[in-house]
Amino acid sequence: MANSAGARTEILRRIRVATGPAADRAAIEAEWNGIERAYKHVTSIDLEGRLHQLEDRLRDYDAGVYRSTREGVGALVASILSERGKQTMAVPSGIPAEWLPAGVRFVEDLRGDVSGIDGCEGVLTSATLAIAETGTIVLQDAPGQGRRAVTLLPDYHLCVVDAAKIVQTVPEAIALLQSTAHLATTFFSGPSATADIEMTRIKGVHGPRFVDVILILD
Amino acid sequence: MSLITFDPARVPTFQVAAKSLLGDTQMRKNVRHATNVIQNKRAIVVNEMPDWQQLRESGRQIKEHTLQHLDFYLKQFEENCTAAGGVVHWARDAAEAREIVIDLVKQSGSNEVIKIKSMTTEEISLNKGLEANGIHAYETDLAELIIQMGNDLPSHIVVPALHKNRQQIREIFKREMNLPDLGDQPADLAEAARMFLREKFLRVKTGVSGANFLIAETGGVCVVESEGNGRMCLTLPETLITIAGVEKVIPRYQDLEVFAQLLPRSATGERMNPYTSIWTGVHPTDGPRTFHIVLMDNARTKILADEESRQTLACIRCGACQNICPVYRQTGGHAYGSVYAGPIGAILTPQLQEMHSGQSLPYASSLCGACYEVCPVKINIPEVLIHLRHKVVEQDTQGFGALNPEALAMKAMAMLFMSESRFRAAQRMGRMAERPLVNKAGWVTWLPGLLGGWTQVRDLHEMPKQTFREWFEQRGESEGSADGK
Repeated sequence: MANSAGARTEILRRIRVATGPAADRAAIEAEWNGIERAYKHVTSIDLEGRLHQLEDRLRDYDAGVYRSTREGVGALVASILSERGKQTMAVPSGIPAEWLPAGVRFVEDLRGDVSGIDGCEGVLTSATLAIAETGTIVLQDAPGQGRRAVTLLPDYHLCVVDAAKIVQTVPEAIALLQSTAHLATTFFSGPSATADIEMTRIKGVHGPRFVDVILILD
Repeated sequence: MSLITFDPARVPTFQVAAKSLLGDTQMRKNVRHATNVIQNKRAIVVNEMPDWQQLRESGRQIKEHTLQHLDFYLKQFEENCTAAGGVVHWARDAAEAREIVIDLVKQSGSNEVIKIKSMTTEEISLNKGLEANGIHAYETDLAELIIQMGNDLPSHIVVPALHKNRQQIREIFKREMNLPDLGDQPADLAEAARMFLREKFLRVKTGVSGANFLIAETGGVCVVESEGNGRMCLTLPETLITIAGVEKVIPRYQDLEVFAQLLPRSATGERMNPYTSIWTGVHPTDGPRTFHIVLMDNARTKILADEESRQTLACIRCGACQNICPVYRQTGGHAYGSVYAGPIGAILTPQLQEMHSGQSLPYASSLCGACYEVCPVKINIPEVLIHLRHKVVEQDTQGFGALNPEALAMKAMAMLFMSESRFRAAQRMGRMAERPLVNKAGWVTWLPGLLGGWTQVRDLHEMPKQTFREWFEQRGESEGSADGK
């Protein structure tokens, strides 16, 4: 093993030589607070506007989008899965029981070997929040969302998002995530895609290639 | 298996490499097509952001602030990452970084690794080092897989196989994956990669990644990607080894709100890339049980010490400068002889080589400034190019270098420009000397010796019969009192 402690000392010394005398913590914090942030922070549109923008962006990424009442989620899940022909779905712990209709086999992920998840045709989860402007849904290691592998291995992801959790901008999302920043977090924007062949975005390489989103409106 | 690497100390100069690559019309067509597509997409999603310039300015200021306090933020990152169960290593240079990673892979008990695309690992030729130690690396990014299977070199920092078109990629996959009936639609090729790699993701116990951002405040690491191969490598292995340049640190979680907007729109022309992963040390029951991160200097502190070129380290590796550069768009990335091509490569590569090689790269530019316009963190690349040209000239004119013909010619020019009478005499002499070379149409099409470099590619107009000063003085004689003053 290389002498990492020696390397650490040397690199920090080189930085000090390069940038001059060190400032104290308070001065650095004050300087960070002084960084200009004149970009847009807040939502400028109402809920219907945000819903519309999110739907537009998700469809642009080739995801399916549905609206539902809170009571209607289970029935909508049943009809979407039947249309997709999915019979075995992985679910993380903590998913509301009323979202799981009869007639589909739901396999709870108990965080053991991932081969159980890999064998499922899809996965059903909730979400932490959604960003309308970019068509992004944020997942964290929380009840109903699960560990990262569960939303990664199945080829199909059905995600239920509470409309109250839709913000318009990235800064609003980051502000909401700050208190749970330590959790494993995944931002996903539509199905897996690549632009590596002739810079043309095509659907699907390794993550879920098919994504449907249900938006709950009260 | 791709074990060829760029060795900036041994590659030909940019000008020599470019000359032969310009003959590769297929490559030029591929690069032109891909960069056109991406530029148009970028323009659309950037123009829909009314606060784009404010975001750029904030991005610039965050990077400038971080670099000024780099040791503070690295120590803070180390402390928080360690507290979250990560193991932080430090590497002074490429050799040390390779050695650390190789040892860690051996410790993990695996003789193979799955890799996310990482230009930092390309910079240090990690795959070659691993292979020499009996460790096989599987590249899992589609473009990197194409490069690895085609025994090729990356030509773009975001889309390393940008110089290949779909038919060429099909030929590589057909041969390497043994798929005689493979189609040439992008979806067919992506499907082939999915099938080929799925088994590796589920089997290989050690992953290697780069990083887009290290968050000092939380000790978290952020990786931005499209395909989900990154998520596979970050999530499924038992051991994860991340390698990052020291400049990748950002102060706080909140700073992500700026870069998460700037990077995808600049890099791939998307409002957001398909996947962004953030993890903090080790998460029990979610992802790798062991997490190592190697913080690498490799000449970055040398760049930090040069105040005029320090801004080079603000780069977030979006590739927008490559896509827009009129030079890169003609030559493609390989002419730069480095994993970092295009305008950012022209300033980064020679500095990473501590100006021992890559001296031709600061000249691989017309200084048009398009790169500066599109840079999401406002790196003034033309300014740094000129600064580095100055350094190259200083190197070239050291000792006996002061006697080289260009240096002598520049000295002579300086002498002429210093005195009005010498300058006037030179103009008169020039008019006389050029006379035998000027053709009937008033053009010089051939110049002797070193000056021939000019007329090789363009004609030179003959000097005017009269200089401006001569005209102005004559005008004074004939019209001086015409206005009655």
